[in-house]
Amino acid sequence: MVEFNIFRYDPDKGGEPYFQKYQFEPEKGMTILEGLIYINENLDPSVAYRASCREAVCGSCAMHINDMYRLACKTQISVMGSKITLRPLSHLPILKDLVVDLNPFFDHFKEIKPYFIPKEQPPQKEYIQTIAQRKKIDAWLDCILCGACYGSCPVAGKDENYLGPHALLKSLRFVDDSRDGGAKERIAIVARDNGVFRCHTVFNCQKVCPKDLDPSGAIARLKMKTVFKKY
Amino acid sequence: MIFHEILIVGGGLAGMRAAIEAAKKVKDVAIVSRVHPMRSHSGEAQGGINAALANVEAGKDDNIDKHAFDTIKGSDFLADQDASEYLTYQGPETIFEMEHWGCPFSRTPEGKVAQRPFGGAGYPRTCYATDKTGLYLLQTLFEQVIKANIKVYEEWVVFSLGSENGTCNGVIAYDPNSGELVPMGANAVIFGTGGIGRIYINTTNALTNTGLAMGAPFWAGVPLKDIEFVQFHPTSLARSHILMTEGCRGEGGYLLNNKGERFMKNYVSEKVMELGPRDIVSRSIQTEINEGRGFPDGSIHLDLRHLGAAKIMERLPGIRDICLSFIGIDPIYEPIPITPGTHYSMGGIDTDIDGAARMKGLYAAGECACVSMHGANRLGGNSLLDTIVYGARAGKKASEYVKDKEKGPKTKTLEEALKKEESKISQWKKGTGEGNPYKIKNELSEVMVEGFGIFRNEQAMAKGLGKIKELKEKSKKLRPAFNGKRYNYDIIGFYDVRGNLDVAEAIATGALARKESRGSHFRSDYKTRDDQNWLKHTLAYFTETGPRLDYSPVKITKYKPEERKY
Repeated sequence: MVEFNIFRYDPDKGGEPYFQKYQFEPEKGMTILEGLIYINENLDPSVAYRASCREAVCGSCAMHINDMYRLACKTQISVMGSKITLRPLSHLPILKDLVVDLNPFFDHFKEIKPYFIPKEQPPQKEYIQTIAQRKKIDAWLDCILCGACYGSCPVAGKDENYLGPHALLKSLRFVDDSRDGGAKERIAIVARDNGVFRCHTVFNCQKVCPKDLDPSGAIARLKMKTVFKKY
Repeated sequence: MIFHEILIVGGGLAGMRAAIEAAKKVKDVAIVSRVHPMRSHSGEAQGGINAALANVEAGKDDNIDKHAFDTIKGSDFLADQDASEYLTYQGPETIFEMEHWGCPFSRTPEGKVAQRPFGGAGYPRTCYATDKTGLYLLQTLFEQVIKANIKVYEEWVVFSLGSENGTCNGVIAYDPNSGELVPMGANAVIFGTGGIGRIYINTTNALTNTGLAMGAPFWAGVPLKDIEFVQFHPTSLARSHILMTEGCRGEGGYLLNNKGERFMKNYVSEKVMELGPRDIVSRSIQTEINEGRGFPDGSIHLDLRHLGAAKIMERLPGIRDICLSFIGIDPIYEPIPITPGTHYSMGGIDTDIDGAARMKGLYAAGECACVSMHGANRLGGNSLLDTIVYGARAGKKASEYVKDKEKGPKTKTLEEALKKEESKISQWKKGTGEGNPYKIKNELSEVMVEGFGIFRNEQAMAKGLGKIKELKEKSKKLRPAFNGKRYNYDIIGFYDVRGNLDVAEAIATGALARKESRGSHFRSDYKTRDDQNWLKHTLAYFTETGPRLDYSPVKITKYKPEERKY
């Protein structure tokens, strides 16, 4: 038997949020997401959460699970134990239960000009990029914008203007790309008051990232680039 | 009332590419999507995207005509050949466009876009970005959507079309955050809603890939074409059916039965082995399992060990990550237990080569559409290409179509459409049945695997169709367990179930009628292809009593149908 203790808030009803408990017998190999689906289909269809790919690629189901921000689909019930507490992502307005308003999160993402700015006129075929050059961006590519890092970041909690680990990591993805020519303007954006120097190097983002990315490292690298103007 | 000149339903690769193209000519373009664009199922595509670039030594003789021929042969000659030609001829340009927008493709030692072999292709033609090609393409297009400042209605679920006199005037959507049904007017609507894999229980598809992807146009009288052709991917992870990319075999992975034998040699030539087209490899795997040569958990092994740690980490890091996280296996040291899984719908909303459906002002592209370029069996790596090539084409054609149209919503039509949906929902709220929609959905998904899976026959299909009709009856009495307004998944579940049931019935009816084996549609009672009688597209029209079938000719350009041998 497992007990899910789920954060509940219903905007139709208003009032204070509360926790509600659900008990059921988990199947072998069941994930937290499958547990939520089980609850929806069998116990209480009113519990709201986001989910889609169920394979840790779409980034829908980031939430606080027991002690940490995790993807519900990538977390096994058996690993979490028999009592599991689920809360929505922090630092973002709660819409219903485990669903938060991600608009502030995506607004910050848009601030860093998250699109390719060509260095030169495109050639007739592809840009030539060596294997070594391509390798340089490899560590910054896999962000699925789930929000786990943002929820875990104490700076994001204190300062709603802070760009956040996700946006800063994305910025470096372009700065380090041999084909991109926007480094100067990108660095100017992350060097602002709400940028890299707001990071207190708490490493929470690095710890929670379900894709094992290192936003802390990316921010440190951007700080150096900002100071030494090496780009 | 909300109005946009062009409204795109679906924010995956096809939808976003259509929006970007349409926005070049038309100011007022918006996307309405069931999930945030970055949550789209396109992002789960792994292995790559085909284009005859001839970037690697083994592929130096490749060209667009060979790509076209492989696609048409792969389709078991059901594809409209002009559609396959357009797809493949646009291949190189499409890759360069994505690359010029910053897509981080893997590289050859010369610094060009890297290519790997895929099934059913004569050359290494599949351009890849490790094993996360879909995710990186999705990022690339989302970035361009941000750059072009295209409005996105996130998490709004489209339930139906508003149409009058055979012209599409917009859609009715559920906004979960307000809990309201919202009429959205448009002069042209482009569907890029993706696949319907969740009709089957053993699917690689995301939870949101339900029959609703095709439901709204289908209910509005637009036919579904070749919907009985459902692709079963050879390699999905046991239990969860998470996709294990064809790239695993492209990089040299083996398929092994319980005797440790590379059994594919018994089904295709030694030259082809694991890299046969998907329909043939899936049938081979299922045959091994059915004849007792599977492992005790009912699986076959996908063995990557001989590739070595370095190659696995470099070329297939995502696969390794999935195996570690979801099944506790490290493919560097252990084989991966797999079974075939329902993966892709070759069929879909019937469109012409411009993406135009059989309703004025309605377009479709990507998996939800059937142009048809994939015919009876799609080649791996062609679907990503399809989304971008035909997404762009539908966007362009829609922008030409709306040019002289008067701007503003057809308020009366849309209000009527809104009333119709509202009354459906209030009717449903009065339901007396016991049903919860999920039970019906789950039962249906098992019926489909039983009756309309890899091997089909008259008896099993007739039984399956009977079950579908029974479930449809049951679904009429559904009542909601939750009456809340905001984030009411029961309402979405209600439409999902109706979409699943109606599209499932079309699959079943089309499959029963088609008395031959072709591509993914394999009947043990009619084992061969019958060009005399069945070289034609199935069209399924929605009626209250079940789908009405019609047929349309296959377009042949220069490739005469021949026996398909690998």
